[in-house]
Amino acid sequence: MFEVVLYGLALTLLLFSFLKDRKKTRMALMKAWKAFENIAPALLGVLTLIGLVLTVLSPKVITAVLGQNTGIWGMFLTSLIGAITLIPAFVAFPMAASLLAGGAGIMQIAVFVSTLTMVGTVTAPLEAKYFGWKVTILRNGLAYLFSFIAASIIGMVLR
Amino acid sequence: MKKYKPYLLLILVVIADIIVLFMNRDLGIRVAVNTGSHILQMLAVLPPIFILIGLLDVWVPREQFMRYMGEESKMIGVALSVLLGAAAAGPLYAAFPLAAIMIQKGVKFSNILISLGAWSTMKIPMFLFEITSLGSSFATTRWLVSLVGIIVMSVIINRLISDDDKQEIFARHKAG
Repeated sequence: MFEVVLYGLALTLLLFSFLKDRKKTRMALMKAWKAFENIAPALLGVLTLIGLVLTVLSPKVITAVLGQNTGIWGMFLTSLIGAITLIPAFVAFPMAASLLAGGAGIMQIAVFVSTLTMVGTVTAPLEAKYFGWKVTILRNGLAYLFSFIAASIIGMVLR
Repeated sequence: MKKYKPYLLLILVVIADIIVLFMNRDLGIRVAVNTGSHILQMLAVLPPIFILIGLLDVWVPREQFMRYMGEESKMIGVALSVLLGAAAAGPLYAAFPLAAIMIQKGVKFSNILISLGAWSTMKIPMFLFEITSLGSSFATTRWLVSLVGIIVMSVIINRLISDDDKQEIFARHKAG
């Protein structure tokens, strides 16, 4: 659905750009291609790594771990899964919802959603290519700690 | 050797995949199928994002970026950075090329981090989906807490890294 909106927006703006200035449009497309070319090799590596990790660590395994644990250790474990894996939101959110319905703690689910979206261990090499390791480690490390704070606040608000 | 360096991770993972295939044929095949579908998903979502980044680069001049999101931009810069990240769709790795353009255009580094953070966890499409699956109080609380957290973390990171670090990062993205 959002892909359709995204494609619609990109193509409409591209058409406007083309009507206004063909040379600039050509330049924009060339820059787009260059940006892609720049990221492609590392991205292919990351995607194959995700393919491997997510197959071995299947949603079944993840569900078993997320569903059972409560308390701070449960949060710690779910945060690790969230930080390591890279599951698209349209898979992860319904999974989290069914876990909540099944009795999993709200804070465990919150820490899972936050680490999953904000912390990217498998994408870290790619991130470091753009920002260097120092910024990458700082950003992911702080986001990891922040996920616990966010989960605690969500836990308090939704009590 | 330098030519092959970007492919190092890919080569290592493929070797690991082959080892898995020999150890457990079924698992190896599932890995191959999943890897293929991840690559296809990427190819489906990336073209419009890169076209938009290219258009942004060509049509919005550096002066505009610097005025609204540069060192002197204050609150407007923060708000625009959140908007730019939150309006996005697609996985976080698609935000890195956008960040590269922002660096080239002279955007303040903390604002780039804010955009990156907003893209990671505050995207509007994702927020809407989060409401439908986890409830509006869960999603709204998380969105608001993330807004505060991302701005605070971006300022902290911006303080923690030195000007030399920043220069080194900016030098990676010299417009070419």
